[in-house]
Amino acid sequence: MSAPEMQNTQSPVVDLEELQYARAQRRDKIAKWTLPVLMLLLAIFLWDRLVVWNEIPHYILPGPGLVIETLIEDWGMLSDALWVTLKITLMALAVAVLGGVGLAVLFTQSRYFEMAFYPFAVILQVTPVVSIAPLIFIYVDNRLAGLLLCAWIVAFFPILSNTTLGLNSTDHNLRDLYKIYGATRWQRLRYLQLPTALPYFLGGLRIAGGLALIGAVVSEYVAGTGGIGSGLAFRILEAGYRLNIPRMFAALLLIAATGVVIFTLASLLSHALLHKWHESAIKREN
Amino acid sequence: MSNTSSIPPLGQRDALLHMANIDKVFNGNVEALKNLNLTVNQGDFISLLGPSGCGKSTALRLIAGLMRQTSGQITWNGGLNEGDLGVVFQEPTLMPWATVEQNVWLPHRLRGKSLDDVRGDIMWALKMVGLESFQKSYPRELSGGMKMRVSIARALVTQPRLILMDEPFAALDEITRHKLNNDLLMLRDKLKCTVIFVTHSVFESVFLSDRIVVMAARPGRVSSEVTVDAPYPRTEEFRTSAQYAELCRKASDALHGAMNQHGERASA
Repeated sequence: MSAPEMQNTQSPVVDLEELQYARAQRRDKIAKWTLPVLMLLLAIFLWDRLVVWNEIPHYILPGPGLVIETLIEDWGMLSDALWVTLKITLMALAVAVLGGVGLAVLFTQSRYFEMAFYPFAVILQVTPVVSIAPLIFIYVDNRLAGLLLCAWIVAFFPILSNTTLGLNSTDHNLRDLYKIYGATRWQRLRYLQLPTALPYFLGGLRIAGGLALIGAVVSEYVAGTGGIGSGLAFRILEAGYRLNIPRMFAALLLIAATGVVIFTLASLLSHALLHKWHESAIKREN
Repeated sequence: MSNTSSIPPLGQRDALLHMANIDKVFNGNVEALKNLNLTVNQGDFISLLGPSGCGKSTALRLIAGLMRQTSGQITWNGGLNEGDLGVVFQEPTLMPWATVEQNVWLPHRLRGKSLDDVRGDIMWALKMVGLESFQKSYPRELSGGMKMRVSIARALVTQPRLILMDEPFAALDEITRHKLNNDLLMLRDKLKCTVIFVTHSVFESVFLSDRIVVMAARPGRVSSEVTVDAPYPRTEEFRTSAQYAELCRKASDALHGAMNQHGERASA
């Protein structure tokens, strides 16, 4: 109670409703971080107790302690695998960004181009990657290229569709203004359409980041025992055959953590680029 | 644009723009404009007043070159050169990702001029609208009236011969609208520029302009012209004067005349 009272002596606002509102705001601020962390810790604790109290054998469900232990013990092998998966994910994401934005720009430059090629993009998107992947690995000799292609097919669509939407969302009065001032096609793209599309693109990037990881993992499953350069998905398969359940969990943990990190980075990037001007990144005071 | 000489009285001004027998037909059957004739002189402050659908905005878009007329001629005295036109829309139409300064830079930027080269022009334009200390602000940090001022500064930055304004203050509250009306007249007095101002408001058109071109709808055409012979500068006192009231009545009658013309046509 002392903290709010201290504040009240500084600010002249002592209206009861305002005070309650300020308190609720502070509570929200704290809960925003502590609540998810506490719930996560509680879940891990329950997981541990579940295993211990029911004496579940570790080859059926390992406790969280054992998973961490395995993670440390097998770190050499798992970190190599993590690096492989991460590499494919990031490369696929990079190619998805280039391909998605590039295609979107082409689409907006020519309606006919969009009419001609949009169906292909949709077909690629709606066909499950697991069903295309075996074919890809038959036709593409290079295993890395095959994995990359699979991950790319999954990841590029949200970037393409979001960026296309963004490029077409320019304010019509601004378009008129550019026309009046004799803007070239390139100037319009660079100064008007690309900035307008930026928030849409960043929304797509957040989705594509997660999808690139999913694409990388799924295609690794399909590629199977490729030998050299095995990623996390391959390690999970392999550990499964050997009934090394703790290692499966450790690898799973790494994949989940990677996904969270990618999402966080994309969100941070989004905030960094938009916080000065875009509605989505601006906190309103009401 | 000299600041020393004053605008000559109506009837002694040089022609700037002539629109002759302009027709504009949409979709092959909608007559947006039919036989529109209008001469704009240097220094005119013309209001285009009329009901919705009378083709005011279409006329503006034709002058701006955003559309081509179906038939008729638009001729510019001395030709239309780069930077001759400034446009202000009903919305401020600013780029939200760009600062005030960058927004005002736009007309120059699209002609390949760097920010450093035209900073003087930008600061001059911002000073004209009283926003020189907001050059680094983003549009979202400004009020509706201030955004509109930035929009006006952007239109002024090339020192255009003609400024087109399409109901620029319609979305603002009345107090802000009056303030911007006063400031616009001050600007016009300083810059001696020519303005075509589209509005729905009889009161606004009388306060601002020296020529009110009243338009009728379906098909869009010039119905009549009201000359506002009150001298500039016009101040807040003019707003409450008997002369203003009388002129408003005159303009209002002309507008009703234009709407009745339409009614007769519709019933005929």
